[in-house]
Amino acid sequence: MSETLRNFANTYLMWNEGPLIWGSDVLILLTIIGIVGVLTYFKKWRWLWDEWLTTVDHKRIGIMYLIAALLMLFRGGVDAELLRTQLAIPGNHFLDAAHYDQIFTTHGTIMILFMAMPFIFALFNIVVPLQIGARDVAFPYLNAVSFWLFFFGALLFNISFVFGGSPDAGWVSYPPLSELGFDPGPGENYYLLGIQISGIGSIATGINFLATILKMRAPGMSLMRMPLFTWSVLGACIMIIFAFPALTVALALLLLDRVAGTHFFTMLHGGNPAMFVNLFWIWGHPEVYIVVLPAFGVFSEVVATFARKRIFGYASMVSSLILISVISYFVWVHHFFTMGAGPDVNTFFAIASMAVGIPTGVKVFNWLFTMWRGRIRLSLPMMWTLAFIPTFAIGGATGVMLAVAPADYQYHNSYFLIAHFHQTLIGGVVFGMLAGMYYWWPKMFGFKLDERLGRWAFWFFNIGFYICFMPQYALGLMGMQRRMYVYPADMGWNTLNLVSTIGAYLMGIGFLFIVAQVVYSIRHGERDLTGDPWDGRTLEWSLPSPAPHYNFAVIPVVTDRDMWWILKREGREEELMPRPEEVKDIHMPKNSGVPFLMGVCFFVGGFGVVFNWWWLAVAGLAGVLLSLLSRSFQYEEEYSLPAEKVIETEISLGRL
Amino acid sequence: MATHETGAASGSGAAPRHAHSGDGHSAGKYVLGYVASLVLTAIAFGLAFTHTLTPSPLVLVLLVLAGFQILVQLFFFMHVTEGNGPAFHSVAILLGFVFTFAVVLMSMWIMTFSSQVA
Repeated sequence: MSETLRNFANTYLMWNEGPLIWGSDVLILLTIIGIVGVLTYFKKWRWLWDEWLTTVDHKRIGIMYLIAALLMLFRGGVDAELLRTQLAIPGNHFLDAAHYDQIFTTHGTIMILFMAMPFIFALFNIVVPLQIGARDVAFPYLNAVSFWLFFFGALLFNISFVFGGSPDAGWVSYPPLSELGFDPGPGENYYLLGIQISGIGSIATGINFLATILKMRAPGMSLMRMPLFTWSVLGACIMIIFAFPALTVALALLLLDRVAGTHFFTMLHGGNPAMFVNLFWIWGHPEVYIVVLPAFGVFSEVVATFARKRIFGYASMVSSLILISVISYFVWVHHFFTMGAGPDVNTFFAIASMAVGIPTGVKVFNWLFTMWRGRIRLSLPMMWTLAFIPTFAIGGATGVMLAVAPADYQYHNSYFLIAHFHQTLIGGVVFGMLAGMYYWWPKMFGFKLDERLGRWAFWFFNIGFYICFMPQYALGLMGMQRRMYVYPADMGWNTLNLVSTIGAYLMGIGFLFIVAQVVYSIRHGERDLTGDPWDGRTLEWSLPSPAPHYNFAVIPVVTDRDMWWILKREGREEELMPRPEEVKDIHMPKNSGVPFLMGVCFFVGGFGVVFNWWWLAVAGLAGVLLSLLSRSFQYEEEYSLPAEKVIETEISLGRL
Repeated sequence: MATHETGAASGSGAAPRHAHSGDGHSAGKYVLGYVASLVLTAIAFGLAFTHTLTPSPLVLVLLVLAGFQILVQLFFFMHVTEGNGPAFHSVAILLGFVFTFAVVLMSMWIMTFSSQVA
């Protein structure tokens, strides 16, 4: 009996790996006990279920995405600190090779798929319906399904750390390394299923917001009157819809190779591993634009608001967004120039890669011209925007260097590349998402985040960023390759690596300041009583903070771009206040527990496939089918919110 | 498609509701589409499984069959010929075709190198 137990503990719980795992187990256990204890003590289970787990309100779903994204930023950040600690000195024994492999794999996967994606979805959800004058997204129920698929996909991926072992074939997971023959552990299956499940949710979100933006805009809001953030979401959704299926196919085929004995990517029986690389980057390159376009949207809103000027070159901003969404689809081979596809192929994709920089450059100049002679206020969202411009410009320039196919043979997979993509993804996406978080935080929660702590976070993170990544360009040119877990002392890399690690710690301190800032501001943050703390320009700032659950008591009629700003200048804000005779009953979607349960079933099914426990997989999939069926027999999925109730709420908000 | 006002359709903000507008897609059309997609799949699978053709014509036939599958999806399940309002779906389909051809043809172009290697 004890022998069986020990076997189980060593095989699945990895207790033979020593104190690090035990410590993690204890911490996870304590966290669970803490959460369960607090919920029970304050009798909050009912509240959790009614208000959050079953909600179909886009604002609450957005907040849950935001919390998930910040948690994943923490986990991915800890991974990064571990990697940099290992590399601080030559010949270090802090991590062994296997652990190092696992940590860089989870770091990359989590940051792209479980941090950047939910972060942009958080802003999609919180902002888009409010900006276009809608009461909700096109498909609120599907929106909840999307969130819970993301959540349980992420959970499945993360649980690999303490049950069965983490994936270790890199975030790109190329075969043949990721095939069963070289990587027999369950980690790779976790990777495939976690991403697959959350990927279903991502595609659904893309469809949902595309339909929302095209079909649910307030009357009068023509496409060319749409705020630029909404435009950027539209561009991102187009890319999600067309790019994600390629990832779905690649992962599904690799999973079949691993669990069903097929040979899509093994050299046996005509398989071709290069095809996985190809399919992965057909998704992978649009993906980086999927996450950065919404950041561009945030910067456009922030620059206009904080420079108090209409955005410069709106039409060119829109066309460059659309151009980026289309051209980014024709550049994927630049991720594998060295595969040897031949000079004709490489030339085509090199030129396309350089071309995609042009619309991006147009946007940068438009932001600069918007600031030109504006009265700039240096609040936190604006600071992150200002930091973004030089950071992204340098990242873009090194990107064009990498796009030169012959030169890429030198840079490929070196730290030069690592520095480049961190510069664009952190400088673009993370700075953008943080700017967006600070900007719309009052709209979500009704209070501002503390400026003083935010400035500490800003400076630590930014200075840390440059100290961390500038040395890596040099290291790359000096020959240091990515994914090396240890290096000899006589390569001349020692100082630069140490400096880089110090920078990573500074960024970690910056993150801690953000945590402190959030915690401090919950009690002491400046309350937002006007609903318009930044003197904003677009419709969402005409609503109270936080917005009531039906958003608009009366759907506004839009007559101009930056409508709220114009109304304020002309003293006509009253036009967006509801009049009692105009308030009608509102159809609202009913809350539902099915999306959450469907997520649980997907998790159970996925878990079964990871370990090839087919009875569990079948049970999970049966649960998924049951949840789908139960929805088709739900005939009353809406309720009517009476006009009196709406008027009551509006009076309590002081708007009537 | 939930939250719009009763009675008053809110301009372009009004989302179409299939369940209530009674647009009458007959079950027959779905069944026909379903059978057609099954038959197309069966032919493709049979051809690949039995090796009755040499590889290059086989690939060509499979591609043509895949094209038919797309048409079945578009006409029987997605109702491309129906619907009112701005023709967003035509743009979307056009873009979809551009991307699909780009991905398929360019992947073949990229992968030609492996025949030279092998």
